[in-house]
Amino acid sequence: MHAEANRQTVELRIRRQDRPNAAPYWQSFVLEARAGANVVSLLMDLREHCVTKDGERVDPVAFEHNCMEEVCGACAMLINGLPRPACSALIAELEAPIRLEPLPKFPVVRDLMVDRARMFEHLKQVKAWVRIDGAWDNHERAPRISPQDWAANYLYSRCMSCGCCMAACPQVGSDQAFVGPAPLAQVRLMNAHPTGRYDKTERLHAIMAEGGLSDCGNAQNCVRVCPKAIPLTTAIGELGRQTTLQALKDLFGND
Amino acid sequence: MSASARQVIVIGGGLGGLWATLALAEAGHRVMLFSLFEVMRSHSACAQGGINAVLDMKGQHDSVQQHIVDTIKGGSYLANQPPIQSMCEDAPGLIRTFERMGVTFSRTPEGLLDQRLFGGVKHKRTCFAGASTGQQLLYGVDQQVRRLETEGKVEKQEWWEFLSIVKDVDGVCRGIVAMDLRSLEVRAFRADAVVLASGGLGQIYAPKTTCSTNSTGAAASRVYQQGARFANAEFFQFHPTAMLGEDKTRLMTEAARGEGGRVWVPKDPGDRREPLRIPESERFYFLEDWYPSYGNTVPRDIAARAIWKVTRELGLGVGGADAGESRDRVYLDLTHLDRNFVSTRLGAILSIYRKFAGQDPLETPMEIFPAAHYAMGGLWVDYEKDPTRGGMKAGSPRNHATNIPGLYACGECDYAYHGANRLGANSLLSASYSGRVAGEAVASYLSGLEQGAEAAPAALFETESRRQADLNQQFSRPRGDQNPFRLHRELGALMTTQVGVVRDNAELDAALSSLRELEQRFERLDLSESSRWANQSLAHARQVFDMVKLAQVMAASARARDECRGAHFKPAFDLAIPQGKFPGDPEFEAYRERWKANNADWLKTTVAEYHPDGPRIAFEPVDLGLLAPEQPRDYR
Ligand SMILES: Cc1cc2nc3c(=O)[nH]c(=O)nc-3n(C[C@H](O)[C@H](O)[C@H](O)COP(=O)(O)OP(=O)(O)OC[C@H]3O[C@@H](n4cnc5c(N)ncnc54)[C@H](O)[C@@H]3O)c2cc1C
Ligand code: SF4
Ligand code: SF4
Ligand code: FES
Repeated sequence: MHAEANRQTVELRIRRQDRPNAAPYWQSFVLEARAGANVVSLLMDLREHCVTKDGERVDPVAFEHNCMEEVCGACAMLINGLPRPACSALIAELEAPIRLEPLPKFPVVRDLMVDRARMFEHLKQVKAWVRIDGAWDNHERAPRISPQDWAANYLYSRCMSCGCCMAACPQVGSDQAFVGPAPLAQVRLMNAHPTGRYDKTERLHAIMAEGGLSDCGNAQNCVRVCPKAIPLTTAIGELGRQTTLQALKDLFGND
Repeated sequence: MSASARQVIVIGGGLGGLWATLALAEAGHRVMLFSLFEVMRSHSACAQGGINAVLDMKGQHDSVQQHIVDTIKGGSYLANQPPIQSMCEDAPGLIRTFERMGVTFSRTPEGLLDQRLFGGVKHKRTCFAGASTGQQLLYGVDQQVRRLETEGKVEKQEWWEFLSIVKDVDGVCRGIVAMDLRSLEVRAFRADAVVLASGGLGQIYAPKTTCSTNSTGAAASRVYQQGARFANAEFFQFHPTAMLGEDKTRLMTEAARGEGGRVWVPKDPGDRREPLRIPESERFYFLEDWYPSYGNTVPRDIAARAIWKVTRELGLGVGGADAGESRDRVYLDLTHLDRNFVSTRLGAILSIYRKFAGQDPLETPMEIFPAAHYAMGGLWVDYEKDPTRGGMKAGSPRNHATNIPGLYACGECDYAYHGANRLGANSLLSASYSGRVAGEAVASYLSGLEQGAEAAPAALFETESRRQADLNQQFSRPRGDQNPFRLHRELGALMTTQVGVVRDNAELDAALSSLRELEQRFERLDLSESSRWANQSLAHARQVFDMVKLAQVMAASARARDECRGAHFKPAFDLAIPQGKFPGDPEFEAYRERWKANNADWLKTTVAEYHPDGPRIAFEPVDLGLLAPEQPRDYR
């Protein structure tokens, strides 16, 4: 297909906010979209020439992006009401006018930029790592992992902390303690690792506490929006069984 | 924390920076880690292919020695050999460590690490994690650093941009000045040593680059402008097959050609038909035509040059002359192959192309063009040779030290391992390995340091942060009609055309003067943005300015090197292999002598030093202690 053949103009309606505590407002922009354009490429065009539909010259729209390949997770936002990465949202496949809003559940920094620090705090809370003695070579290999276990684990290791699942989850909120689906899936991943498993009890205790697994209402929103198709609710189900067993162990003390 | 614990700043949280952070924190030092954003979003996450290490898992008698030889030859002998030796020797241990961190490397049926073949070598030496190796490696170290954060050993300063180093009267680096990308606060931070791990610089060629937006080279340019030497800037790898895009060009792996993909253009560039309606007889399969024995599987640089020639010199790009800029296109065609075969062998490419082009490569040929991919050049760093073992001396404070005392560099922003060209899957290795080496070297440097940054007078820090705040003011004041994003686009177009795949001295001279003119246009800058909060135009404008400064180093270094070596191709100085002649033939042996004579002239490291009038270029010898150049590269 020839690039020139399908140029089109498209309207973006963007929810803007100048500062963290300022009031949000909407602005519309009409841009030319070339074949293959996506939401990030249009926002890049807008930086160069930021004039609203009404001809008013305004400050460029702040937004985040880095890889433009849907692997860094930076560019997630609400696009026509759905949380998704903007770089892989092709204009040709979106209904116009296209509504862009910052990712909900996270504090707005400015315009489409949000602060996802909370998600990383939650990763600390659930100890989402394999504890090693040190990052030096100890001349020992890690234990073997069957191709079947690998295939299951690999699904979870692709979480890019974009926050889409958190945005979609009815139980995640700025005033709620729930750690949310992405960090829970990392618990599933770490608990399955042959040595990561050594800290399983601690991780399970972390998610059995307030804001943990029991806050999940099983609404399944998370798994529907994850751009990496991470089986979040499968992880949550597995963790349900793990925590039940752990609770019994805690009760009878036979660890 | 022990009494000897010192404060170190690491700039950059890709593989290089995170490894340096781990090594330093584990040595008992306090690390402050700076990054433009959450470190796990760094460009390292983009690497899909894999990471090299000799594990010899496939019964092919692979050896560390062979990895060393492949790396040296791949780089056309331009890299110093002791660092290559140490990197290849330590690679298996590095992989084992990644594995212990829980990196989800792909497995053999026995549950061991799987390895595959990657461009330019004969052995299956590449470990991989599905199609997201870089992401998995990055997360492995990111998780470890997060653990150290909870133990109070690492403090992250994400959303802070490094602007400059602070030097004392003796020229020793004593800290940095950085800007909070939200509040725009400019602040100095003291440090007993600084490690720069700011990544590559492909954005200098934007949008024709496979690199992320963090790969601007601005941070490296800033320390260069403060006196750090920059080496081999003319060596930049262009990947031949990237899918086109307005925002960036995305990598389509070599495997597409390896598995039978054919590259072609319509014989009539003005042909407006859908590609599949163009009959075979009206297509020009130029790689097959020009390189009959290799055809579509010629090495990366040959393919890139051929595509360049077809589009830019012969004017045969798809769409022809009236397509304007968008004639930078050729077809990479998979449609003749068996659909099931393509789906199983090239699934990752199919999904990227479908996702980002909205088209199916099984139905229509992909449109591709070469793209700036990897900087072999970078900040000059030292090493200490181990007199007995031959590699780098472990733990020497000289390893990965720049020429500014107290300032170290690692990852893609250094120049150390790849010479004139990089082998596939060798740079995730060098980024990780160099990070660890730099961390260990800084620990040694600190143990010999008599006075730390606490003794440096406050005025040093105040002066430098005032200078940076003034620069911000200057950039923010509207002074004309020059938009920073447009300047960036112009820089990319200029570099792509004049300092790209094919070089010519007259073009390079023109590039140097255009770059000076581009620099002057910053005097008429207008950010078109007045916000004092999270002003991205300001940060971008400052980056683009420093990218222009670095582009000058690249153009000047390319101008200075009158030969063809690795990725640096200047046809006027090409020593062509006599056709149909092979080793032993007198014509070939005469060619070998010319090749050796050329090495005597040009086998040397290019070193640029900052000067207000433009870069000063000098050369220094290369350590060839392991393998002397006897064999010219021959891909016939
Ligand atoms: C598309 C693509 C695919 C690739 N695939 C492979 C592969 O398969 N195998 C392989 O071996 N190599 C591959 N490479 C190369 C490899 O990915 C990189 O060389 C490597 O990841 C670089 O790592 P790094 O740590 O040096 O830099 P990066 O990962 O780029 O990290 C740079 C860091 O510096 C920070 N930073 C930059 N400037 C500043 C500043 N001014 N202030 C504060 N922080 C700053 C950023 O925030 C970031 O954290 C690929 C490259 C590309 C482009
Ligand atoms: S299943 Fe649980 S985690 Fe997922 S959206 Fe529903 S409540 Fe949230
Ligand atoms: S689980 Fe999916 S949606 Fe949630 S943060 Fe990870 S990648 Fe994003
Ligand atoms: S820019 Fe990285 S996920 Fe979109």
